[in-house]
Amino acid sequence: MTSPQKIDPSNIGEQAQIKLPSWKTDAKPFVQIENITKKFDDFTAVDNISLDIYENELFCLLGGSGSGKSTLLRMLAGFEAPSSGRILIDGIDMAGIQPWNRPVNMMFQSYALFPHLTVNENIAFGLKREGIRGTEVKKRVAEMLDLVQLGHLGKRKPNQLSGGQRQRVALARSLIKRPKLLLLDEPLGALDKKLREETQFELINIQDELGVTFVVVTHDQEEAMTLATRIGVMNHGVIVQTDEPHEVYEYPNSRFVAEFVGSVNLFQGEVTTDEPDTVCVTSTEAGGVLCVNHGISCAPNQEVHVAVRPEKVRISEQRPDQPFNCIEGNILDIAYMGSLSVFKVKLPSGKEVRVTQPNINRESGGRFTWDDKVFLSWDMDSCVVLTS
Amino acid sequence: MKRRSLFLNMSAGFGFLFLYAPIIALIIYSFNASKLVTVWGGWSLKWYAELFKNDQIIDAALLSFKIAFITATLAVVLGTMAGFVLSRFGPFKGKMVLSGWISAPLVMPEVITGLSLLLLFVAMEGMFGWPAGRGTGTIIIAHTTFCMAYVAVIVQARLSSMDESLEEAAMDLGAKPSSLFFLITLPLISPAIISGWLLSFTLSLDDLVIASFVSGPGNSTLPMVIFSKVRLGVTPEVNALATLMILVVAIGVIGAMYQMRRQARLLAQPEN
Amino acid sequence: MSTASRVAWINDSYTKMTKYNFFSRVNWGRFSVVAVPYLWLAIFFFIPFVVVFKISLSEAAIAVPPYSSVLDWNLEEAYITVKISLSNYLFLLEDDFYVSAYLSSIKVAAISTFFTLLVAFPIAYLMARTEGSTRALLLALVILPFWTSFLLRVYAWMGLLKKNGLINETLMSMGLIDQPLVMMQTDFAVYIGIVYTYLPFMVLPLYSALEKMDMTLLEAAEDLGARPYQSFFLVTLPMAMPGVIAGCLLVFIPAVGEFVIPALLGGSDTLMIGRVLWDEFFLNRDWPMASAVAVVMLIILVLPIMLIRNGQGKEGAA
Repeated sequence: MTSPQKIDPSNIGEQAQIKLPSWKTDAKPFVQIENITKKFDDFTAVDNISLDIYENELFCLLGGSGSGKSTLLRMLAGFEAPSSGRILIDGIDMAGIQPWNRPVNMMFQSYALFPHLTVNENIAFGLKREGIRGTEVKKRVAEMLDLVQLGHLGKRKPNQLSGGQRQRVALARSLIKRPKLLLLDEPLGALDKKLREETQFELINIQDELGVTFVVVTHDQEEAMTLATRIGVMNHGVIVQTDEPHEVYEYPNSRFVAEFVGSVNLFQGEVTTDEPDTVCVTSTEAGGVLCVNHGISCAPNQEVHVAVRPEKVRISEQRPDQPFNCIEGNILDIAYMGSLSVFKVKLPSGKEVRVTQPNINRESGGRFTWDDKVFLSWDMDSCVVLTS
Repeated sequence: MKRRSLFLNMSAGFGFLFLYAPIIALIIYSFNASKLVTVWGGWSLKWYAELFKNDQIIDAALLSFKIAFITATLAVVLGTMAGFVLSRFGPFKGKMVLSGWISAPLVMPEVITGLSLLLLFVAMEGMFGWPAGRGTGTIIIAHTTFCMAYVAVIVQARLSSMDESLEEAAMDLGAKPSSLFFLITLPLISPAIISGWLLSFTLSLDDLVIASFVSGPGNSTLPMVIFSKVRLGVTPEVNALATLMILVVAIGVIGAMYQMRRQARLLAQPEN
Repeated sequence: MSTASRVAWINDSYTKMTKYNFFSRVNWGRFSVVAVPYLWLAIFFFIPFVVVFKISLSEAAIAVPPYSSVLDWNLEEAYITVKISLSNYLFLLEDDFYVSAYLSSIKVAAISTFFTLLVAFPIAYLMARTEGSTRALLLALVILPFWTSFLLRVYAWMGLLKKNGLINETLMSMGLIDQPLVMMQTDFAVYIGIVYTYLPFMVLPLYSALEKMDMTLLEAAEDLGARPYQSFFLVTLPMAMPGVIAGCLLVFIPAVGEFVIPALLGGSDTLMIGRVLWDEFFLNRDWPMASAVAVVMLIILVLPIMLIRNGQGKEGAA
């Protein structure tokens, strides 16, 4: 791990801020997905998706199994033909262009390293198909091996490598043709947790260094959060929300996204106040009035959900002095997890609320015990109203 | 291991004894000096010497080897194509028919295959003048037809256990279907192709019934000669011949198995 | 190693359908790759059956080839005659000889299949219960005879079973019998021959079914109070059923049409249809009759062959 360009994880946020995100400028999208639908017999895997991905992005398609994220990726690679709609890459319509002619490379979930070829031969495979021979091949393979820090393993066969090494070979192989767009199918899925975290940053590093546009498919929301410049959350063949990781987490646009990305408490209720910058919801489930400081578009008395993340809820023995966003309940369960404690609080309505509290000092975990009566409160800008 | 009761070990042991006792007895009696097959007259190699003096057997053996070699090679080409078509070409019109035609020869009683092919050859000769008469050529065609089915099945099994993303990865890296086949698919299914070739070779070498139907006069294969000899009873020469064949095959098969196990380990998909 | 061949396509070789096909777009290449094996099989596998069927409807004649023509046409006078003769089939049904030959073939094949299952099961079970190199060795031991000549393996039994053969000599020298047992040229010898030569076809599908079985199932059954024999009949056997069915069909079908084994080991009264067909063809030179015998045999075997193909389809879908 001695790449000179290696960046410290804490810098990533800064770098992202320095770069003006291209989706906020009027830059031309690099990948244009227009009304793509893919049907397998009766099953619609991808349902009328439109999506623009910009140059240098690290775009994550996040979704559960069967959400259609892999099918979308395979359509970009050319392994599946769309049933309708079209895909443009760098302004060129990809319809009828074979996988071997696309300016796109893919890193497979299984890595798909050719078992009968050495690491060098695997990496050189793509170059040789372009008719490149001799020293040029050697030079570029060596470069790639250096990039993924495997310079000494070129003569090995794939089954003589560890999981992490195979992952790097697969990455090197998919990058050697200098594709403008790299597709990664669960790139870290096969690695163990520790290796995964390390590799995440390395991927970002490499992407940054080479200036390649990445489209990553993953089911792991943490991975998506760390890697992505933008996330597209997929469900049932549809992208339900496309946004920056922070936005997806803090402002989910639906119950599905709120629940899929991180954990959340949802309170059902009825809109009682609907002003441009304040919406109040009366919730019998929560046993109080819940207010947010953002407007929504809804009918009066419409049934909605108020979502609040567990870490944004304060827990106290005394009723805090605030007229709304304050509910009471009894502690049902406490889980001490070291860095934080998780409380399950049962409301009079029977609803269970999840609250996490960082253990700022050693004693803070032990402040409450089972069956304690507690008050839960949060700020107006800590929660969102979800209409769908 | 604790499930291996005495009863199980004994009955399985009986099974293996049943499999090997006749072969071992045959090998031992091939070294019998006595002309009377059942009376032990001491160790001798005399029947091996007799065997190599028997031109009829030698000629038939050479013919059989020639047929088996050509058959195995043809069957591997045709069978690989068929297996590849069935497992990699997706759905197409007539696929069901093809897969039926591929699997049926495997269970078809040999007398039916033999008779039907002979009648075909006769009818074709009547209509087109080809094949003119029957002999080596017609035996090769007949053997290729049933051997290619075995090859197709082996290749198909190998292909369907192979990770398809290997082929996709090659395409993704710029390999067109033809170079993809020769650079990736073929090397990876080579163990299946080798065992298909060996199996075809032995099946062809072994076939009596089909060859009897489709061969012409003067084209007796080794099994046909053996059959005509043993029909009349046990002969020491055939014991010697059988021993030689069994030993050659056993050494060949064990060697091939060993080689292929090594190769399979090398080609094994690394588990993630 | 894939001696499993006959078995492989039942067990695991099912056509994995590629959702999208690249080769589909390479039309000329795709076409020729499909066409070559297709044409070969059409000409040398399918059409022969049509020919057999056609000839079975003709009559034997002293001619070259020795049968009357079914179709006759003359373009100048613009006529086509179709002469169909059902006499071969009628004769088949009327003559007890053929009917009993079919029945006895089925009987011999069924009995042999049952005994093959009995011998094969412990071998397959033992193989499935061992690990690593022992398992590989046992598997090799089962497969090895399959590669050696079928004809010579049948022949090996002649040396054991005949009147002054090894078994009789041994038993007499031990004083267990004083008259040699008559084993050659009996149905018993035919059963032995079939069980012996088809054993691998039974062991391999059984083995692959048993291998998939989770051993903890048996422990669970015993934990819940089943005696070993009960857990065998209630757990092991049902789990092995696909293998049992596949193995039985793989032995039964070729055994019905078997020729070499009854010819070498059976007696003159061992009536098997493969032998009848052979004699009809080679001795009587009655090609139409031989064809009719073949057609009827095929009709009898269509059902089990379909069963095998269905089993194969189901495995593929799973």
